[in-house]
Amino acid sequence: MQSVLPSLFFYALATMILVSAVVTITRRNAVHSVIWLISTLLGIAGLFLHQHAEFLAAVQVIVYIGGITVLFLFVIMLVNLDEAAKKKQFAGQWKIVVICAGALLAELGFFIFKGAEGFYFAEPAGGSLQPNTQLIALALYRDYLLPFELASLLLLVAMIGAVVLAKKDLK
Amino acid sequence: MPTIPAAIEPFIWPFVYGAVILLVFPLLAGYIVLLERKVMADIQVRLGPMRVGPHGLLQPLADALKLLIKEDIIPTLSDKWIFWISPIISVVTALVAVFLIPMSDKLPVPDTNIGLLLVLSLTSVGILGIILGGWSSNSNYPLLGALRSTAQLVSYEIALSFALIGGLMLAGTLSLQGIVMAQKEQAIWFVFFQPVAFVIYFIAALAETNRAPFDMPEAESEIVAGYHTEFSGFRFALYFLAEYANIVIVCSIMTILFLGGWLRPFPNVAALEFLNFAPALVLLGLGGACLIGLDRKPSKPQKLGMIGLGGAFILAGLACLLPPVMEAVHGLFWFMLKVFMGVYTFIWIRFTLPRYRYDQLMNIGWRWLIPLAIANVIVTGIVMQREQIFAALGF
Repeated sequence: MQSVLPSLFFYALATMILVSAVVTITRRNAVHSVIWLISTLLGIAGLFLHQHAEFLAAVQVIVYIGGITVLFLFVIMLVNLDEAAKKKQFAGQWKIVVICAGALLAELGFFIFKGAEGFYFAEPAGGSLQPNTQLIALALYRDYLLPFELASLLLLVAMIGAVVLAKKDLK
Repeated sequence: MPTIPAAIEPFIWPFVYGAVILLVFPLLAGYIVLLERKVMADIQVRLGPMRVGPHGLLQPLADALKLLIKEDIIPTLSDKWIFWISPIISVVTALVAVFLIPMSDKLPVPDTNIGLLLVLSLTSVGILGIILGGWSSNSNYPLLGALRSTAQLVSYEIALSFALIGGLMLAGTLSLQGIVMAQKEQAIWFVFFQPVAFVIYFIAALAETNRAPFDMPEAESEIVAGYHTEFSGFRFALYFLAEYANIVIVCSIMTILFLGGWLRPFPNVAALEFLNFAPALVLLGLGGACLIGLDRKPSKPQKLGMIGLGGAFILAGLACLLPPVMEAVHGLFWFMLKVFMGVYTFIWIRFTLPRYRYDQLMNIGWRWLIPLAIANVIVTGIVMQREQIFAALGF
C-alpha cells in the first residue's frame, strides 16, 4: 500500500492538471476559463507538495491563485463577455500548431520506443529537505544572487514599460 | 476496544478536532454576530436584541434557523454554477484555515513547516469566492463590490505580508507553533519588538476582512450590500460565516505572531504563575453575573435559563480549578482572550470611524503602509545583524 499511494496521488493530480488545462482553452466564457486555470494551478501546487516542496506549493497558491488569477478576473470582469463570445475562439494558426504537435509526438514516440528505462516518474523525495524555506532563501539570495537580481530587474523594466504604455494617452 | 491500525492512528485526533471545529465554529460565528450587534447597540445607546432568550442570547440560533428555511433564490440571468460554488469556496477555505490555527499547545493541530504561508494561501483562495460571487450575480452592485474588493485585497495583501515578515524575521520559522515557542524562548511578545509591524498588520487586516473603515466592497450606503447583494438564505449565511471566520483568522494570526499565542502575559516570570487560575475566576465571575438580578427577569423561562447558564458557568469554573483541567485549559483561555480582544477592537472601530473614500483607501495602502512596512523590514534586518555590520564598518 505504501508504494501504491504516491503514484496514485501523482496520477490523480496529473489527470486534474491535464483535464483542467484542456477545459481552460476550450471554454467560450473567459471567467470559466479562469476557474479551470485555477484548478490547473491547484493541481501543480499539489504536485509540489507531493515532492515535499512545501514552500513552493504555498507560494504557488499565493502568487498564482491569490495574485495573478485574481488580476485576470479583475480585467475580464471589465470586458463585455457577450461580444467576446461571438468572436472566433481559435486564431487559426494551424501551421504552428501542427509543427508543435508533431515535435511533441516525436518526443513521446521516442520515449515510448526506448521503453521503461527512457524516463522516470518523479519519485517523491525520501523526506522534505529541511529546513525547506531557509534552503530556498540561501539558494536565491546567496548562491544565485546575480541571476535572481537580473530577473527582478527584468521584471521591473517590464513593469515600468507597462506603466508608460498605459499612460501614453494622457499626454 | 479494537486496536487501531498504525497507518491511520495519527489521523484520528486531528480528524475529530476538525469535525469539532466544523460543528462548533458556525455557532461561535453566530455569537460573534450577536456580540457585534450588542456592542453596536451599546455604542449607539440602545439595548440591541433582547427578545429571543435572556438578553437575546438565543438570537443567533433564531437567525440561523431563519436563514436556513428561507427560499433559495438564484437570479435567472446569473451564471448558475459559479453562483452555486463561490460561497462554498469562501466558506471551505476559511474553515480549513481555522482548523490550522493552533489555539493551544494541547490541541491536535497539524504543525507544518509552512504554517503561516498555508493559512495565507487559503485566505487568498477565499478571495476568489467574493470576486466570483459578485461577478456571477450578473447585477451591477455585486460587480462593483467585487471589483472594489479585488483592488482593495490585492493592494493591502502586500502591506500585510511585509508586516508579517517583520515578525517572522524575529521568529525565524513559518510554523505557527514554532513562532509561539520562539516568543517563549526570547521571553517577550514580538509586539514589543515590532510595534510598527503590529499597527500595519492591524490596519491591513481590517482592509483584508472588508471591515469598516475599509468596507467599500459592501458599503451599504453606496452599493446596497456589495458582492453578496443577490445572495439570500443559506448562501448568504455561508458568506457571513466565511466573513466572520476570516476575522477570527486574522485576529488569531495577530495573536500568534505578535501577542504570544497561547502564552500567558510574561510567560517566563514564575511569580505570575497564579495567572493560571484566571480561566476559573473568569468562569466563576460569569456564573455569578448570570445569577445577579434574577428577580428582575421578566418571565419564568428566562429566569430558569439564566439559572441554568449561571450554574453551567460555575460548574465549568470549578472544573477548571482541578490541576489537570487547568493545565489543559489555560493556554486555550489566553488564546481565546487575545482573539476576543482583537475581534472586539474590530467591532469597536467599525462603529467609531467613518468609511474612507476609495482614493483615500488606495493612498493609505500604497503611499503609507507599503513603504512603511518595507522600511520596517529593512530596519529590523539592520538591527538584527548590527554586530556584523559594525564589524564590517570597522567599529
